[in-house]
Amino acid sequence: MKLVERMPRLQSCQAAHGLSDEQKEFQKMAFDFAAHEMSPHMAEWDEKEIFPVETMRKAAQLGFGGIYVQPEVGGSGLSRLDTSVIFEALSTGCVSTTAYISIHNMCNWMIDTFGNTEQREKFCPELCTMDKFASYCLTEPGSGSDAASLLTTAKLEGHHYILNGSKAFISGGGDTDVYIVMCRTGGKGPKGISCVVVEKDTPGLSFGKKEKKVGWNSQPTRAVILEDCHVPVTNRLGQEGQGFNIAMRGLNGGRINIASCSLGAAHACVQLARDHLLVRKQFGEALSNNQFLQFKLAEMATKLVASRLLLREAAVALQESRSDAVSLCSMAKLFVTDECFNICNQALQMHGGYGYLKDYAVQQFVRDIRVHQILEGTNEVMRMIIARSLLSESG
Amino acid sequence: MSRVLVGVKRVIDYAVKIRVKPDHSGVVTDGVKHSMNPFCEIAVEEAVKLKEKKFIKEVVAVSCGPTQVTETIRTALAMGCDRGIHVEVSGKDYEAMGPLQISKIFAALAKKEEASLVILGKQAIDDDCNQTGQMTAALLDWPQGTFASEVTIDGEKVKVVREIDGGLETIKISMPAVLTADLRLNTPRYATLPNIMKAKKKKIANMKPADLGVDEPPTRLAGVKVETVDDLVAKLKANGTI
Repeated sequence: MKLVERMPRLQSCQAAHGLSDEQKEFQKMAFDFAAHEMSPHMAEWDEKEIFPVETMRKAAQLGFGGIYVQPEVGGSGLSRLDTSVIFEALSTGCVSTTAYISIHNMCNWMIDTFGNTEQREKFCPELCTMDKFASYCLTEPGSGSDAASLLTTAKLEGHHYILNGSKAFISGGGDTDVYIVMCRTGGKGPKGISCVVVEKDTPGLSFGKKEKKVGWNSQPTRAVILEDCHVPVTNRLGQEGQGFNIAMRGLNGGRINIASCSLGAAHACVQLARDHLLVRKQFGEALSNNQFLQFKLAEMATKLVASRLLLREAAVALQESRSDAVSLCSMAKLFVTDECFNICNQALQMHGGYGYLKDYAVQQFVRDIRVHQILEGTNEVMRMIIARSLLSESG
Repeated sequence: MSRVLVGVKRVIDYAVKIRVKPDHSGVVTDGVKHSMNPFCEIAVEEAVKLKEKKFIKEVVAVSCGPTQVTETIRTALAMGCDRGIHVEVSGKDYEAMGPLQISKIFAALAKKEEASLVILGKQAIDDDCNQTGQMTAALLDWPQGTFASEVTIDGEKVKVVREIDGGLETIKISMPAVLTADLRLNTPRYATLPNIMKAKKKKIANMKPADLGVDEPPTRLAGVKVETVDDLVAKLKANGTI
């Protein structure tokens, strides 16, 4: 199976351009890990729907369990740009697994940032080592894009919240240990939402059937069902009413991460397409002599580099808490996930019939990143956020 | 047992498709991905493991070449070496450099640093010489355990299982000694994110071969072509070689 282990370096699309020496080291290590520990198993994990716990724990030993979590609770304390570079590299080995690792990181960061000392010390170290895994629970059957209309209630009774409701499409649901649940403690709208940590095996916590998906098959997706689920008040992150804000702050970084996964997939696909064009012959010559394909490849590479630049700029804006950070993160997520899907799709087309076979990796990259245009805020919602920023008084 | 010197060589990455330069003077190296020689990675891993088992106190990573080799030394530091030494050789001198010059440098450093062990990869994947370890041992008059697939420290001695043509050979040599790492000696670790960051603060000393009393490599003389074997034999007799 032709995979990305032997990736020839494309000069103009080099992922290492513009990075510091240290970032190049992180990237090199992540590329090596992806090539040796993930890439050889990518197809099997997809076909057999295996959640690769051991491989992820190996990744955690290298510091990938809490990349932007503080070192005093076991994290690596790196920047958003460092994180983006790492996820981009890991994705070349398996998008689905890297995407789950990024969701786990997002949850870990939320506890690290909004939790009190007890919560951080209780949850973060084990999340950093991936002794425990996390899930992010915001979406419900009735509220996806309209996230603030969520209905899961959390009624305060003594020292517990009693949670009732259900969450949909939860990545890792049923196989993870720590669930970050956004629920309604107050009135309507975003200000009535709080964020609580629900631990596995809490009575009243159950799961729906494992969903059958087009991609992202190395992570299980299930509904999370809460029926009179008692959660200690001490598991609430931040203040009552702060939950929606916490959820959205988590997503800003999550969007950079997901876009980074799309970028890695597109990078891998450009290299696969290039290799194929050089090797495949029709009409008496290599496909690489065909001007249409040359131009198509050039467009793909151009969009790849443009995507990378926008994404890295958004990552820097986020880590510097710039005023345009939210807008840039939305722009980056929108542009990068759309363009990278097109790149991967074009790469599949260039492979002809072979592109449609599961023996070739390109189709898995296409299937795996298709959902990046939908989750963590649909690309339509990204437009809403950007437009709102442009049209507001301060925009 | 205090200090181990590990040699690390910066070579063209094993996965790169090698291309010959248009003037046939060598292979294309500009802009081509380089990494640490895989056998050197195994050597570093073994040294770091010995330190973790507390047989040695300090691992020093050494590389000879132009500025770019410091990247390779940094990777060794990220894998767990304590400090680095960059012996600077650039341009034409670097191209002319071979195992003999390198081993002179290593021998000088081994004495200067009072190393108990010098661990090298068995060969580099660019020139496949398989000479530096052996020459270094000869220059130092130290015992050598080459093609090591297993290394065990036993007091002041080292037990080395060697991969040889006939199978496996076990020898016991006294320290100080030179070892060269073969493929199955260990599986090199990935550098962890925290270790990559710690590596930034570790020191890399800079020096020239002259600082170690090692001469420039001699200029290569042109060869002579002959037509027949008889001519060859005659020439060799004439200049006293045979």
